[in-house]
Amino acid sequence: MTESSHSNCKSLLGTLSDYVDGELGAELCREIEKHIAECEDCRIVVDTTRRTVDIVHASNYPKTDLPDEVRDRLFKRLNLAAYLKPSSK
Amino acid sequence: MMETTSQADISLEALRAGDRAEFARLVDAYSAPIYRLGLRMLGNEQDAEDVLQNTFLSALTHLSSFEGRSSVLTWLYRIAVNEALMSLRRGKPEVNIDDTDSSDDMDNMLPTQFVDWGALPENVLLSVEGKHALDRAIQNLPENLRTVFLLRDIQELSIKDTADSLGLTESNVKIRLLRARLSLREQLSVYYGERINQEKIND
Repeated sequence: MTESSHSNCKSLLGTLSDYVDGELGAELCREIEKHIAECEDCRIVVDTTRRTVDIVHASNYPKTDLPDEVRDRLFKRLNLAAYLKPSSK
Repeated sequence: MMETTSQADISLEALRAGDRAEFARLVDAYSAPIYRLGLRMLGNEQDAEDVLQNTFLSALTHLSSFEGRSSVLTWLYRIAVNEALMSLRRGKPEVNIDDTDSSDDMDNMLPTQFVDWGALPENVLLSVEGKHALDRAIQNLPENLRTVFLLRDIQELSIKDTADSLGLTESNVKIRLLRARLSLREQLSVYYGERINQEKIND
């Protein structure tokens, strides 16, 4: 990405988040795909960035529930103990 | 994703009128994501619980001044982020929560690692060790990037809601999110690069 012939690499970087989120317009997507077909370093950066975001999302499940005792203490602290019905979990 | 109770189910009018049952419903609707944010920002259950309690205590106090221009969840996140940052500042006085971002230009983001680890299987990337590597990388993010990343990629807020929660512009959120993701990518590239090299040596 440091060679002078790779002047597109830097501009690609600015659109990378939108690209991996699927929020980039079709024309810019084509530009990226054309570039990474020819630039191995950028192909790796795009692939591994997408993979990074994928594993962040995948590792986010199952989501931590609020522990019952934390909920109990929260309701009491807020003077809501009268509404402390069983949670819907 | 959004929790089970959508904000449309919560009546702002009832909340403002002091309806305790409605406030209890608000707490049940949003306490889990607020608690998870606290856990992620502060890294331990006690501090996360303090943030959770302080967030809803503060919400109760300031309900009358909530104008409803943002969603209730966004408003709660804004309070929770401030509570968490105050907690971090108490623990580590040197934590820099200054939002002036002198490093938003691209030059600081240029990738330096080109290890092709993207094809590694999920059972490696999502193994216990893989998740620890990811968690360490997230912890290593500077605070101003980490908070944006947590709200957007972990709490799964939209760019707009993340911006509203933090009082930032959407373009600022986007650039910080990109910087956070690129930093994680660099760190994971170093980690998996070492693993790939190790396997080559062992073969």
